[in-house]
Amino acid sequence: MSPFDDLGPGQEQASLRRLLGFYGGLTLAFLGFVAAMVVAERMRLPKFWLGMACLLLPVLVYAAIGIMSRTAHAEEYYVAGRRIPPLFNGLAIAADWMSAASFLGLVGTVYVAGYGGLAYVMGWTGGFCLVALLIAPYLNRFGQYTVPDFLGARFDSHFPRLIGAAAAVLVSFTYVVAQLYAVGLITSRLTGLGVEVGVMVGLGGVLMCSFLGGMRAITWTQVAQCIVLLVAFILPVVWLSVKQTGVPLPHLVFGTQLQKVSQREAQIRADPREQAVSVLLREQVAAYDAKLSDVPAALAADRAEAQALLKRLQSENAPLASYQAASRGLMRLPSDADEARRIWTAARASADMRSRPLAGMTPHAQAFQGDPDGNAEERSAFELDRRNFLALMFCLMIGTAGMPHILARFYTTPSPRAARASVAWALSFISVLYLTVPVLAVLIKLEVFNVLVGTPIDRLPAWVSSWAKLHPSLLSVVDLNADGVLQLAELQIDSDIFMLITPELAGMPYAVTGIVAAGGLAAALSTADGLLLTISSALTHDVYHRVVAPTASPSRRVALSKLLLLAAAMMAANLAALRPANILFLVSAAFSLAAAGFFPALVTGIFWKRANKWGATAGIFAGLGVTTYYMFVNQPWLRSVFGIESPLMLWWGVQPVAAGVFGVPLGFAVIAAVSWLTPAPNARIDALVGRVRGTG
Amino acid sequence: MHQEHAKELLWRRHLRWTAVLLLCWFGVSFGAVLLARDWRFNLFGSPFGVWIAGQGAMLVFLAIVWLHVRIGAAHDRSIADAPAGE
Repeated sequence: MSPFDDLGPGQEQASLRRLLGFYGGLTLAFLGFVAAMVVAERMRLPKFWLGMACLLLPVLVYAAIGIMSRTAHAEEYYVAGRRIPPLFNGLAIAADWMSAASFLGLVGTVYVAGYGGLAYVMGWTGGFCLVALLIAPYLNRFGQYTVPDFLGARFDSHFPRLIGAAAAVLVSFTYVVAQLYAVGLITSRLTGLGVEVGVMVGLGGVLMCSFLGGMRAITWTQVAQCIVLLVAFILPVVWLSVKQTGVPLPHLVFGTQLQKVSQREAQIRADPREQAVSVLLREQVAAYDAKLSDVPAALAADRAEAQALLKRLQSENAPLASYQAASRGLMRLPSDADEARRIWTAARASADMRSRPLAGMTPHAQAFQGDPDGNAEERSAFELDRRNFLALMFCLMIGTAGMPHILARFYTTPSPRAARASVAWALSFISVLYLTVPVLAVLIKLEVFNVLVGTPIDRLPAWVSSWAKLHPSLLSVVDLNADGVLQLAELQIDSDIFMLITPELAGMPYAVTGIVAAGGLAAALSTADGLLLTISSALTHDVYHRVVAPTASPSRRVALSKLLLLAAAMMAANLAALRPANILFLVSAAFSLAAAGFFPALVTGIFWKRANKWGATAGIFAGLGVTTYYMFVNQPWLRSVFGIESPLMLWWGVQPVAAGVFGVPLGFAVIAAVSWLTPAPNARIDALVGRVRGTG
Repeated sequence: MHQEHAKELLWRRHLRWTAVLLLCWFGVSFGAVLLARDWRFNLFGSPFGVWIAGQGAMLVFLAIVWLHVRIGAAHDRSIADAPAGE
């Protein structure tokens, strides 16, 4: 008998004690594992095996929990029997929430963007206030299986249900691709296997849990994953904090370390060697501009030059090594004009960024670019930056309250009270990570400024070259001004790897890198699990069961759901293996879409009895429509993929990621207007809203 | 009708509480960001606007959701104690 089985009514306390015992033991076991890894490294266990142990052993534990809680029962499969205690539901929501983007990417975003990156930190925590206040307890009282279920019942029509299911699939699928890509990145760094192999290994881990036991298995593995990811995140941060300041609670030294960063920033700005590098970078930008003005000709010239070099080396009987280098150079040239334009545009952007003061980063202690008291240009830069910060934060917050894989969690608790408490627990665990991220970004910046910048390039730590070897787009060091010393503008670090380099940056044993990778893997797997289940339940429950074949037996539905889950996972893994370029854009876009698609219909459905099916349908369409339209017209990547040639049309200068800022108000306005113009919902719907509010 | 009325009044009261908490949420997020450059003093060594966005706002969010657990539980109890409908 496993600790996840129901003990029957009246046994909640005993059941809770058993769960606390199980996961308490698991936490201790994980801490023991961390210690064992550090000791194993002392005893010279090869890095390859250390990495393998950190990746595989936790996945085996998740799989074991998944197998222990496997099920084919529909109520257990979709909503975990509706009896998850709030503490554990909170842990599971937190694991669902903290994706690879939060665990790996967020620190890098705040490192690069400074105050600007805090839009993500505030958006992804503040949204939970909306979830708790406006949605969670009401969905719990409604007590069905999915979010489209609520739209379908409340608006008494298949149409909102189907469009809701489509939106749930779209939002979750874009999000899951990003998770699987992160899995590939982590496993390839730790084991040296290819990204594609890493993606497939991760896929196995995901399927082991969600495939066998649906929501029930996912919930119990996510609790374990949440513990692993929090320990793995906190450990290196505390270590780094003690190393820099001697204080183990980094939040207390946030201000003092920030002041040190500001001092170093002033020194770096004034450093003549940085300015020399900046001049060289501006020359590079001019060279790329020239190339980009006539791409085919520039590419032909590059190719002719490389071939001439090769021929000369051949005729001179040059050493084999330099001949090989030259032929590799020829091979590495872009194959056609489109690829050349893409590569050169990216290289130009990077050089342009780094040619600015502080390699293009806003001073860390300054809110927004520009200056509200400066000249006209500075004032408008400030206004624009602040407006985009607010717009992005708005979309992330509202999108949080519309994310189908989070909202489905409130069907799994026994009561509205437990639903509210699980949001509160979830936000508490999420805050452990999100409160630490802004502090960690400051600690890392100080470490980069003091340990890397100004160091002779041949004396940089060994991990720098091992990352550069993995892929130059992840980390690269080029001595532009040939002075043998690293300047800030000569260093490029991909923002997704900051968390993974933190242990090495702080001089911790390699085993800690392995533990951090295990945490990142837990974050990616747990989020992917929840998303895949949402996709498959939207398709089997909302489309197949409710619309196509209402009489299908529960076991048939569960079997179909498992099959679709497998198919969705395979498709997502294939896409992830292609290394899609715009992960952060895809994730943020998913939030804008969730915000515009779900939030207005959910909130009016609960708080305004007069809202009817015509209003909701038109509102969802209008909100989603204007959001996708704005993205397609204005986002460079979407424009190039779909060959859109029309001129850019930014409204009030708002960036396309925050398109939901137009979709949400429009959705509300359309729901209100159309509902008023059409007949009120009938008495049955009135009673349903009363029941959801708890007044009926 | 009378019982319906009692529950309806309790629901209104709960809506008012929800509105108050939403106002706090709005102030500490959108309000604080709007004014981030106008506060020219430091808290714990960092500019106040930066501290609010990086630490303070999240602490307020936490307070809001935990307070809502208590308010919501009290509301559930009073609704249950209100005279039953029909």
